[in-house]
Amino acid sequence: MDVLARFAAGDMEAFEPLFRQHQREVYGWIVRIVREPAAAEELTVEAFWRLYQSRASLNPYGNCGAWLRRVATNVAIDHLRRTRRTEPLLAEPADRRQADCVAQQEMKATIRQAFGELPPRLRVVAQLRLIEDESYLGIAESLGISLSAVKLRMFRAVRLLRKNLERRGVKP
Amino acid sequence: MTTNEHDEGNGDLREKLRSALPPMRDADLQRDLWPLMRQRFEERPGGAFLSGGPRFSRVPWFDWALLGLAGAALVFFPALIPTLLYHL
Repeated sequence: MDVLARFAAGDMEAFEPLFRQHQREVYGWIVRIVREPAAAEELTVEAFWRLYQSRASLNPYGNCGAWLRRVATNVAIDHLRRTRRTEPLLAEPADRRQADCVAQQEMKATIRQAFGELPPRLRVVAQLRLIEDESYLGIAESLGISLSAVKLRMFRAVRLLRKNLERRGVKP
Repeated sequence: MTTNEHDEGNGDLREKLRSALPPMRDADLQRDLWPLMRQRFEERPGGAFLSGGPRFSRVPWFDWALLGLAGAALVFFPALIPTLLYHL
């Protein structure tokens, strides 16, 4: 019997193997959205906590990975809402910063600031598409919305981002 | 409109964004998160099965007190037993 089916059937011992099977994948997805490893670890645990709480309504033969990815996306968006406009979350690693000159650093900081001002539901789409190069379909599935809704959010995110950049004197 | 057509014109923006916010695709999990998960279960109700504690530990104390009182009443007043059985 599959681990998910065992867990859905009430076998609590199956939760640990289920966690170990998916933790890396869930963490990898969340860190691409929140861009902060420590927060991503906490949010990974939160996603699995939600899985545990939903055990009564789980489809034992469903796609656990897809379900977890959707929950992970929601958990990450909630985190973005809570920590909105806190630029350090979006900062790049220190080793890269040292290699840049001051003007480049300022430019990058401005871009990060402009990007951080996007509403989380638009930001997550722009981030996954423009930075992480995810497919539209993959983004739609992880958000639980239609393909056209993703494209609409992407259009709005780009328009708003260009406006934010122009306001800061950066030619987008 | 195809996906590629939809992305046309965003090349410059993509480049700028990636220079300021490098992709995190390669960020890998550095440690096992199971101990954190266990901690979550110990902190919040509903996770007694993982802490090794008995399941009945989630029953509130006043329920146990009520059960104790009912048991004591039956011991000291056995005549209540038929009445109780009648009402059950």
